[in-house]
Amino acid sequence: MKNNQPVLLVEDDVVDAMTVSRSFRELSIGNEVIHRINGVEALEYLKDTDRPPCLILLDINMPKMNGIEFLERVKRSEGHRRIPVVVLTTSNDQRDKLEAYNLGVAGYMLKPVDYRQFVSVVKDIDRYWTVSELPS
Amino acid sequence: MRTDRPILLVEDDEVDILSTKRAFRELKIANPLEVFRGCDEALTRLLDEQRPLPCLILLDLNIPRISGTEFLRTYKGYERLRWIPSVMLTTSNSQRDIQEAFFYQAAGYMVKPLDFNEFKEVIAQIHAYWSHCELPDPRD
Repeated sequence: MKNNQPVLLVEDDVVDAMTVSRSFRELSIGNEVIHRINGVEALEYLKDTDRPPCLILLDINMPKMNGIEFLERVKRSEGHRRIPVVVLTTSNDQRDKLEAYNLGVAGYMLKPVDYRQFVSVVKDIDRYWTVSELPS
Repeated sequence: MRTDRPILLVEDDEVDILSTKRAFRELKIANPLEVFRGCDEALTRLLDEQRPLPCLILLDLNIPRISGTEFLRTYKGYERLRWIPSVMLTTSNSQRDIQEAFFYQAAGYMVKPLDFNEFKEVIAQIHAYWSHCELPDPRD
């Protein structure tokens, strides 16, 4: 990414979370991945941290607070609404996509099952958010 | 990214317009590129329900009369239009401009390189990323 701030991964599936971390390592992406398993814990992290993330990777289908609800809260927050959010999900549902974009996501990628394709998706995200400026 | 949906370029500098058109040609980007030299015209275009919605907007910051950020803020206020992602494409690297653009939900902020080949690479990166993104497909 453009800067060294951490990347917040909001993902309830432990295997997918490990795949993201593994992809970051394989691609030598220097940003630390901060993993939270649902929207509630992710909001708590944002509230308490002195190291705000430069990017949020967000799953949609999670227990307790799903991705759309998290997105609504984050985008209402003056302090956090600038952080670009990229959805990384298995949901191909048209309503989820429309809702996510209406709430201001800066990307929406489907999670591939195949690991190499997954790495390719993470690479696309890293390349774009390395060329793009980020709010600091 | 549906290649039949246009990409809007909101830009008043003629050299930058030509560079973008050239980059699109050389990269063989299939989406039609529609150019608007002012935000009023761009907004009128977006509000015209007879025309297909774009899948992406490339938006300069410094445009006469209405700034790029003001345009972003305005069209995001319309329920029919707010899903459309905008990528800022500008000469400004001021942190204040960057903060403001992301505050109004810009989906990227690229500083325009002076060198054409570097500029073309930025367009290539934008195209690659948004081609891999899922986008909504609302009925026009």
